[in-house]
Amino acid sequence: MKYAYYPGCSVNGAYGRGYDQSLRFTFGVLGVEFEELDDWNCCGATSYVSVDDLTSYALAARNLALAERDHRDIVAPCAACYLVLNKTRHYISDYPHIGHVVERALGEIGLSYTGQTQVRHPLDILLNEVGIQAIAQKVKKPLRGLQVAPYYGCQIVRPYATFDDQRKPTSMDKLLAACGAKVVNYPEKTECCGASQKGALSEVGLDRILRLLTSAHAQGAQVIATACPLCQFNLECYQEETGNGQPPITMPILFFTQLIALALGASAREIGLDRSIVPVKQVLASKEIAYA
Amino acid sequence: MSLERKIKLEAERDHEFADWMARKVGGEKLRHCLQCGLCSGTCPLSLYMDYTPRRLMYLAREGFKAEVLGSLSIWLCTSCYACAMGCPKQINTTEMMYALKRRAIEEKYYPKHFSVPVMAKQFARMVRQSGRITESWLMMRVLMRSSISSLFGMSRLGLRLFRSRRIGFLPEKIHRRGEIARMMDAVEAARKEFSV
Repeated sequence: MKYAYYPGCSVNGAYGRGYDQSLRFTFGVLGVEFEELDDWNCCGATSYVSVDDLTSYALAARNLALAERDHRDIVAPCAACYLVLNKTRHYISDYPHIGHVVERALGEIGLSYTGQTQVRHPLDILLNEVGIQAIAQKVKKPLRGLQVAPYYGCQIVRPYATFDDQRKPTSMDKLLAACGAKVVNYPEKTECCGASQKGALSEVGLDRILRLLTSAHAQGAQVIATACPLCQFNLECYQEETGNGQPPITMPILFFTQLIALALGASAREIGLDRSIVPVKQVLASKEIAYA
Repeated sequence: MSLERKIKLEAERDHEFADWMARKVGGEKLRHCLQCGLCSGTCPLSLYMDYTPRRLMYLAREGFKAEVLGSLSIWLCTSCYACAMGCPKQINTTEMMYALKRRAIEEKYYPKHFSVPVMAKQFARMVRQSGRITESWLMMRVLMRSSISSLFGMSRLGLRLFRSRRIGFLPEKIHRRGEIARMMDAVEAARKEFSV
């Protein structure tokens, strides 16, 4: 089955390009068929619903309807898109007034949504459709015991993920282990990264970021793997500010698909590793993983 | 020294507000709340809140409108859904927070220039215009309307992002932008018709 790929604004934009590049590479090597959803629009994230809920559901539903017209399920790599599209699916059927309004809005542009199209995360597809064994067989450049802390964040596992545990998820752990990484366990792997609070109330956002980095670092992580462009941004871009007088923690923060793609033989450039602010090369060199 | 009465009189409670809360998506079981505090305990931001989620939910259902809508807590919520998942009475506190944000914006109950509501409004505006978000432009719009000084504070990070090709200024737009506008008009018409 072919998937409708919904990159969303962050993964499509310059910022999350590495997630997009590495996902396309990974799916390509593993034979997951997909095509970008035609003329997709913003899911609304957490912002639109803070201004107008009904319009936000209609916006998200346009994407569901476009995919359903092509008889495809959606694959959404961004945590917020994954949550919003899934939430909209649920609310359309759980709340009749939302269902009515969305139906009217979609009808206006010649679309409809019956609930057939599902919304899935790449973690789910890689684990449950491709499978650990098939991935392990395609590994060309194993990660040689690179110590990776998988960071799931909030919105992939809560509240709609049916493919993993909400408090102790393991899907990313399994995928990274299959690529030869040594997975580091730490208690904060589903705690919030602070979302956009770093920009709004800096000390609050920084507190979140510091806790996550410190914990993963204390457990021996050399790299943190994320599955969301905003988590990635927060954990990577504010490391300088986490020192508080001490030398700050410096650790590459990569998309989990970048690590998988690397193991599948991708060059650093084609999966956007050269776009990192925190250099990745030395850490990989310490495990004699080629950065080419 | 000024005296302030700490306890509200029955007559001062806003019952309309309390009923409105209980009618919102996720609030159907608000009145079943046990005040167990699981929401506050799991909330990673509660340690910064003026009213923790447990207190905020109680104030809301009892009709303490000004306290609730004027609270910083609703702007601290990052929608991580830890509270909603933990609640033994299936109260969707995260969804309640969205309803409170909407009402606080509608009734202008937030600190002027505070970036969270400014961001929400600018985000919605950009989606209405383009159908998609271009993050660099959104950030600039938000910072210009909330805190010009932090725009300069961000310039160092902006430069590093620019050097690593992580920032783009090309505005993203969907092709059929007219569809977004027509859907929005239909939502407004339906809102009246179904009175929701």
